[in-house]
Amino acid sequence: MLLSDTRYRSLTFQGIALLLLIVAIAYLSSNLIRNLEAAGLNISYEFLGNPSGYDINQTLIPYDSQSPHMRAAWVGILNTLLVSFLACATATIFGVVAGVLRLSNNWLISKLMAVYVEIFRNIPVLIWIIIIFTIMTAVLPGARSYLGEDPEAKMLLGMFAFTNRGIYVPAPIWGPGSMVVVVVFLASVVGVFAYRRYATKLLYATGKLLPTGWPSLLILIVPTVLMFFIMGRPITLDMPDPLANRFNLRGGLQIGAPLIALWFALAIYTGAFIAENVRAGIQAISRGQSEAAASLGLRPGRIMNLVILPQALRIIIPPLISNYLNITKNSSLAIAVGYADITATLGGITLNQTGRAIECVLLMMLFYLTISLAISAVMNVYNNSVKLKER
Amino acid sequence: MSDAHAHSIAFVRMETLPESPPPARQTGMPKWLRDNLFSGWANTLLTLVGIWAIYTILSGVLPWILNGVWNASSLTECREILAGQTGACFAVLKDRWHQLLFGFQYPSELYWRPILAFFMMLVAIAPVLFFDLPRKLLIFTALFPFIAYYLIWGGPLATPLVALAGCAAAYVVFDRYGKESFAAGFLGGVAVALVVWIIGGIVVGMVASETPWMTAVPSRDLGGFMLNMMLGVTCVSLSIPLGIVLALGRQSDMPLIKGICVVFIEFIRGVPLITLLFVASVMLAYFFPPDSTVDLFLRVVIMITMFSSAYIAEVIRGGLAALPKGQYEAADSLGLDYPQAMRLIILPQALKISIPGIVNVAVGLFKDTTLVSVISMFDLIGMIRGPILASTEWNGVYWELLGFAACLFFVVCYGISQYSQWLERRLATDHR
Amino acid sequence: MKKTVFFGALTVAGIAAGAASAATLDDVKARGTLNCGVTTGLVGFAAPDANGEWQGFDVAVCRAVAAAVLGDGSAVEFVPTTGKTRFTALASGEIDMLARNTTWTFSRDVDLKFEFTGVNYYDGQGFMIPKELGVSSAKDLDGATVCIQTGTTTELNLADFFRSNNIGYEPVPIETNAEAQQQYLAGACDVYTTDASGLAATRATFEAPGDHVILPEIISKEPLGPLVRHGDPEWGDIVRWTLNALIAAEELGISSTNIEELAAGTNNPEINRILGTEGTLGEMMGLDADWAKRAIAVGGNYGEIFAKNIGESTPIGLARGLNAQWTEGGLLYSPPFR
Repeated sequence: MLLSDTRYRSLTFQGIALLLLIVAIAYLSSNLIRNLEAAGLNISYEFLGNPSGYDINQTLIPYDSQSPHMRAAWVGILNTLLVSFLACATATIFGVVAGVLRLSNNWLISKLMAVYVEIFRNIPVLIWIIIIFTIMTAVLPGARSYLGEDPEAKMLLGMFAFTNRGIYVPAPIWGPGSMVVVVVFLASVVGVFAYRRYATKLLYATGKLLPTGWPSLLILIVPTVLMFFIMGRPITLDMPDPLANRFNLRGGLQIGAPLIALWFALAIYTGAFIAENVRAGIQAISRGQSEAAASLGLRPGRIMNLVILPQALRIIIPPLISNYLNITKNSSLAIAVGYADITATLGGITLNQTGRAIECVLLMMLFYLTISLAISAVMNVYNNSVKLKER
Repeated sequence: MSDAHAHSIAFVRMETLPESPPPARQTGMPKWLRDNLFSGWANTLLTLVGIWAIYTILSGVLPWILNGVWNASSLTECREILAGQTGACFAVLKDRWHQLLFGFQYPSELYWRPILAFFMMLVAIAPVLFFDLPRKLLIFTALFPFIAYYLIWGGPLATPLVALAGCAAAYVVFDRYGKESFAAGFLGGVAVALVVWIIGGIVVGMVASETPWMTAVPSRDLGGFMLNMMLGVTCVSLSIPLGIVLALGRQSDMPLIKGICVVFIEFIRGVPLITLLFVASVMLAYFFPPDSTVDLFLRVVIMITMFSSAYIAEVIRGGLAALPKGQYEAADSLGLDYPQAMRLIILPQALKISIPGIVNVAVGLFKDTTLVSVISMFDLIGMIRGPILASTEWNGVYWELLGFAACLFFVVCYGISQYSQWLERRLATDHR
Repeated sequence: MKKTVFFGALTVAGIAAGAASAATLDDVKARGTLNCGVTTGLVGFAAPDANGEWQGFDVAVCRAVAAAVLGDGSAVEFVPTTGKTRFTALASGEIDMLARNTTWTFSRDVDLKFEFTGVNYYDGQGFMIPKELGVSSAKDLDGATVCIQTGTTTELNLADFFRSNNIGYEPVPIETNAEAQQQYLAGACDVYTTDASGLAATRATFEAPGDHVILPEIISKEPLGPLVRHGDPEWGDIVRWTLNALIAAEELGISSTNIEELAAGTNNPEINRILGTEGTLGEMMGLDADWAKRAIAVGGNYGEIFAKNIGESTPIGLARGLNAQWTEGGLLYSPPFR
């Protein structure tokens, strides 16, 4: 019998599995075809080229209601990436600070951090998004209170306005010659890294310790500032103007309330998870390591930098990256606060307007799948690069 | 000389002094405060910031809670009672208590049924969670899904009985033939169950009375926190066996089976739950046979189960990978075949290691059940964002309702995570 | 029905039989209930009350169809749908008809393959704005932040309106009416736009409705009506003529109070034909002779339904306007029953 002969068993099982798979796919797709036929529908992506007909308030690329649905989808994709990036960066800061403070000797602070972690980990992120969005709308003043000659609310430094529609900040205006300043700035960033590399090399070669803190700052700031004035101050700021319009502040850069709410909620929620990873990572390094380092005569700061962190990072980073992945996926909850991410444009308004449910959902899944496979690939590369070299 | 010397000293203490207490700043409260709160200027600053934060939060929240109004029939009435003072309007919780817990459509005279099912669930789940309880209780756990189905959905008693009979028949067949050949027992069991269900279905269709003893409740009428609980419990319990199969498939050395499992797991883990819920709400209906439609609840259960089974599969794969290779080799050397080795040696250990991970997935999944509110199901969040906030009486009561939902989820999820930690400690001692 | 029980046993939660293709009438009769898609909650049109009973203008249409087909106005299973799920629910056969203030448009009718069976409410998109802003025309809204309830034709009309008037705005799309209200009341948007009826319904729930004005511009035509799937004309006829019966009943003076009396026979042949004492209209549709009588008796004629749910005596307080009978200068015009 095919099942009891070890030579054929594996092949038999795979044959059965293949058969079942084909039958299942055939069954589902025949159902799909029959259903679509009965409803008189077809699968077609032509709608992506038609004008979308709706407006989006926060876009990173030029877009208006005459742009095709495809462009609306791109706006959504960029917005998803934007909020994910912002939330990842902020969540890392929250997480590292909370994780380190949770191990602090200060009883009150470590308890407070424990409360933060437990509260945020155990309540659904959807509730957090709604709560933070509601806090923003309820607590911050309306945009209208900043308007007019004698407003009720004063802008911070005359530049920043915190309204329940979002935060208005000055926007840079790139005049002629600003390119040069930017290039100089980038060059000085490279310069800082080159200097630090040189300092390390010198240290290992001769044992001579160059200062790194203030020279780096100098390299970073001085050439850029000089160039800024040499070029005749090409970069100016566009301030939010309270007088131009009767409904809203005009000018400046508006960061919409939905973006802030989503960004902050995702950051603080995921920060709680990251805090736990950081704590676990640091605690996993055995005490012997720090004692050994101390017995070699290293200072506490160096113990952390040279001994504990390199080892802890190997434990912290894989879950950190999967938390980044979670942020990207959770950003799809933007739909609850009206932020125009991919789920709200392609999977929301476009889907509603065109009724092309299958096509829209498939495209959306394809996008998220691409992102998460890309992040997984990065993670694999990292994991291989830090793998313990075992002999 | 020495004597003289001794006598020359006027006084020699003959007994030891009683220990004097350490200086005040080195004991008790002051020492604790110095060590833990004020040991250096940085720590002092942190402590002060902490105290300030606690004070700000409490001074904002406490008066609001303590001054809460519990008896009113609308927000306007609440505001009249408060007369301009800060205070919460908890009356909304009292007024809409049943809607928050059961949704707005579940017949009110039948509330005892889900409540009873809830308490039975606690009993059924106990032997799974706590190993010390008598193993006989597991029989009740096995019966519980059928009882709960009958309690919550009602309808003819024969429906759960037929389902149970099918499972029982499958078990008997598996028990009889599974010892000789796992595959034969398994496939035979499935076949027998299908036969029982089909025959039973026809019989039930003929005998079922028009007015069953337990009023039937369509699954569309389920709602509130009950819906979250049901989705959470159903999907987690369904996804554990599925997750085990997927994990084993991914470890398998048959390329086709491994390929299918890897593609499935990576696909599911790569997309957000909400797109899967969109699939359930706008796409899945097209994949069922044209002459039948599956209701939304079942479609959502299918998608969430697929979702969580992929995550559980990864946890169990971790457990399998953590087992020393010697275990596999030992099983082989005893002459066990694959099903036996898995069932008797590998899985019991791998699952034990995986339990904390599985519990974490379960907590995450339970929190994620709130997403169904986005696809027009009235779970706890859906009730709050939909019917309650849209009603004329309670339009504008956000904090009380959101706070209530947050508390409810916190209690459940924190409880489960504490259990998980307890379990981790317990399992850890077993290996010493 | 047998199939239902079998699948129920198999799948724990139960599967309801329904047809995606044809013979919806037979399925509804076999099932004993009508699956009717409604909104997830818009006071006056379709919303569950404190007891969980669905109430509203659209709900009344569902009940009338259920009464005509099944003889029982309460034999309706209301399926709440969002803007996103409604069309799939209908196309896949999950619901038999959709009465969810859905605008009759060309692409929905032709491209999405649905059949609109008439218009039960002539609506148009309007703007609501706080009185204190002193805006009297929508053309003064340059630069305003506008809250939109998504999932309708609203976004498209809005974009068209501002584009054609060459003024700018900031759209804030909001999923549910309740949240749009919250945003609007907190001042996070200056204007709230949706169908004028929805604006009135929303304003009615405010603490101080008098502080908000609805601007005079109506920027779109929104004929709202019940719809069914393409490809089952018999079922479409039933929904269409049930709605027409409600409209004709008001025109002819048939109301829930006098219907019993009139059903005994009158000397107006059209009333007789509607109420089934003359002719065989019901039979032609595959129903019995009393179908329209039951449909009218369950909630009254169109005028009664309107007055009870959204009329001027309710908190929503909508005037009949375009929705008056054609004899009174409105657009309601039922084709003759003969």
